[in-house]
Amino acid sequence: MNTVLFLILYPVIVAFLLLVLPQLAVRKFIVVASTVILTVASLYLVVQYFSTGAVFFEFGSHALDIGIFILEIALAAIIIYISLKHKQFLAALLMLIGAVMTTWFELAYGGQIHATNNLFVDNLSLIMALIIGIIGSLIALFALGYMEDYHHHHHNVKNRVPFFFFIIYVFLGAMNGLVFANNLIWLFFFWEITTFCSFFLIGYSRDEIATRNAFRALKMNLLGGLGFSAAIIYLFVNAHTVELNQLPTLASTVVLLPVALLAFAGITKSAQMPFSSWLLGAMVAPTPVSALLHSSTMVKAGVYLILRLSPVFAFVEGGATVGLFVAMVGAVTFLLTSFMAISQMDAKRVLAYSTIANLGLIVLCAGVGSYELMWAGIMLVIFHAIAKSLLFLSVGTVEHNLGDRIIESMDGLITKMPKVAVGMVIGISGMFLAPFGMLISKWAALEGLVAANPILAVFVAFGSAATMFFWTKWLGKLTMIKEKPADFVAKVPASETFTLTSLAFLTIAVCLIFPLISKYSLEPFITSIYGHAYLLDQSNVAILLIMMGLILVLPLRLLTYGELNYKPQYLAGANVEKEKFYGSLGLTRQVTMKSFYLNNIFGEDKLFKLGVVSSIVLIIIMFGVGM
Amino acid sequence: MSGMNALLAVILYIVLAPIIGGLISGVDRKISARMQGRYGPPILQPFYDVFKLMAKQNIVVNKHQKFYILCFLIFVIITGAIFFAGGDLLLAIFALTLASVFFIVAAYSTYSPYAYIGAEREMLQIMAYEPMVILTVVGMYMVTKSFNVIDIATYDQPLLFSLPGIFLGFLFILTIKFRKSPFDISMSHHAHQEIVRGVITEFSGKELAMIEIAHWYENVFLLGIVCLFFASNPIIAIILALLTYFLEIFIDNNNSRLKWQSTLGSAWIVALILGVGNIAFLALL
Repeated sequence: MNTVLFLILYPVIVAFLLLVLPQLAVRKFIVVASTVILTVASLYLVVQYFSTGAVFFEFGSHALDIGIFILEIALAAIIIYISLKHKQFLAALLMLIGAVMTTWFELAYGGQIHATNNLFVDNLSLIMALIIGIIGSLIALFALGYMEDYHHHHHNVKNRVPFFFFIIYVFLGAMNGLVFANNLIWLFFFWEITTFCSFFLIGYSRDEIATRNAFRALKMNLLGGLGFSAAIIYLFVNAHTVELNQLPTLASTVVLLPVALLAFAGITKSAQMPFSSWLLGAMVAPTPVSALLHSSTMVKAGVYLILRLSPVFAFVEGGATVGLFVAMVGAVTFLLTSFMAISQMDAKRVLAYSTIANLGLIVLCAGVGSYELMWAGIMLVIFHAIAKSLLFLSVGTVEHNLGDRIIESMDGLITKMPKVAVGMVIGISGMFLAPFGMLISKWAALEGLVAANPILAVFVAFGSAATMFFWTKWLGKLTMIKEKPADFVAKVPASETFTLTSLAFLTIAVCLIFPLISKYSLEPFITSIYGHAYLLDQSNVAILLIMMGLILVLPLRLLTYGELNYKPQYLAGANVEKEKFYGSLGLTRQVTMKSFYLNNIFGEDKLFKLGVVSSIVLIIIMFGVGM
Repeated sequence: MSGMNALLAVILYIVLAPIIGGLISGVDRKISARMQGRYGPPILQPFYDVFKLMAKQNIVVNKHQKFYILCFLIFVIITGAIFFAGGDLLLAIFALTLASVFFIVAAYSTYSPYAYIGAEREMLQIMAYEPMVILTVVGMYMVTKSFNVIDIATYDQPLLFSLPGIFLGFLFILTIKFRKSPFDISMSHHAHQEIVRGVITEFSGKELAMIEIAHWYENVFLLGIVCLFFASNPIIAIILALLTYFLEIFIDNNNSRLKWQSTLGSAWIVALILGVGNIAFLALL
């Protein structure tokens, strides 16, 4: 209980400290210390609760509820003020409607609302807390060195680093609150704070595009927030409860509509189609922000909520139909964003599309809600958080050294920046190859889907093929053996090196210990909900571990080749020297190679429209079924 | 399958698959020659070639390409081992994808324009056939309720009768998998072409021999999947597999290469109509 409160409040205290103490040395000390403290605290929480099952806490008082309400209104007022200042009337209107709904609800029912258990811990919250505590604070650590470099590269951006770190730590605190909240009103409070935090982070540079994209993210997430708010009101008025754990026990007549509304909120937050554009727009923010939004916070809050709704889809009468349409939004998103990733040259956009696709897969799993898919969905959350933060941060480091983040510029990165490139190879392999994590969960997802609904498996079959294409061509670019330009010197700050190394090791470590995570965390959790758990086939686990062992050991062969007979590559007999050849008119030309982007087939324009239309139709049907 | 039997099957596979694969390749060359009105090389020619390649001096652009090809061979062998031990079919397919990625990265690592285009086209080929391969497994699960090769192989009814669409779809993408015309866009067995030897342009000697052996292993694995469609009667299953291969040789010799657009487009359309159609039919039953 105290650890839970500590994990929510400590980041907020750190946030205020960083705001009032802007000195670099002080910030370094606080951030480094907080990384250690948050990691230890979240591990300690795991030690405390991993074998206890779900534990509920009665913590809370009426005064606290009033406090939360006042804070919510104050934040709403700030957001409305900023929106009006930028003439963003739609954002102001959405916030205003939200504030009015909250105020009306508080005035009309405030006195009657009583939640027995405001906070709780179970294995899913523990997993989320570990992701937030470890990966989130590693990203903050990375940002220490990165933000110095960032302002070195962007002279016209006003240096607001203390504010930046303030928001980052508030974000982490709010995320922890979100995963420990059982009272939906509290959950909503933390939910809205994450929306505001991402708004401030996306708009950090304050230039025109950043501001526009920040408001787009704000509007879409406020719209989702309205759905959340409506769900709470409907639920309380009709079922007299605001507790998350009560949802699967309610009658289908009162629970289906609020669950559809909550799923809608989850869909906006996890950037599913038709709301995917806010996450793509978020790319304008400094890279640690992207890493944070994509891996441990924000979008993970969206899928976390939908995963929490899974039991409703599974057990409440009629829930399966609502769940099916949630799943189909995920399936369409997975398929189309995997396709669109093929046509992207900007590394961060590829990563963004891949994030949206993987979230789609998680939503797909959660929507169907069988116990196998619950297992797959949670595993996807874990593996994705680690590998994706590694990739985003690596791209940030590479961008500062190469001057851009176009994949075409990363030819031969393995000779230019070997360590970072190896980290990226691990990250990319982690995203789609056996025996790494994402593939393990995708495999479980596929097997679960075939058993539950084979037609949904078709989406995964086609989407996975596209996934292989865009990752492999990037992998190929990184691993080209090119001559290193003589004047190239890579500069990587120590804090970045530390974070990247830790994340690379974590990516591999989690693949090695996933049977343990499954046995001690997921199996008891899923059994407590479904009565039986997804059991890993021991021989398959053994095969995966053998493959992993081989992948770790085989590179040693590289050290043992000794003297070899090297010859330059075949350039139709016109080689001048390595990588140069005689072109027409006797000119010496450099070898250059460009990848396939297949824009005519997988271009954004057509596919995006298709996705928006089909997902809107699916969401409307979802609401129709909910009513 | 019990542990001992599985181990025996894996050992037999590791020893026999290259011999069978090499012989099939020899027969392939002989039949192709006869179809083209030539006498053709001896049946054992592929083995002579590989032994000769092994003895050649080792010329490379960089040492990494040797490493990647080693990994390619090892993971192709693991793929077949999972399959013939009766293991999870999806896992075998994912292992094969890993092997293919090593093969592609080997080509990329040489920084050679011809190998590069070959590698990109190889990825297109994988993207073209992958959905149909997964749908094949999905279909097999829907009939047998298992992903394990041993359960699928010992199912008492021939799968072909419930999965006719999937079988035809799988035959279609086998042309890509066997690197036969009209879909041999990333490399081909035929002489001069616009991308020289495509993916394998920069490989010689020992590595080229390893690539050849890996393809023998892979082909035996693929024919193994074909056999699954009629596994209730092993003799018919083997005849079916051999007929399939003959059909592929026939297609190879009667078509010229198509562009990559046709490979991707036709493979996906086939997967959608025959594969998804078959699955939808089973789901509605």
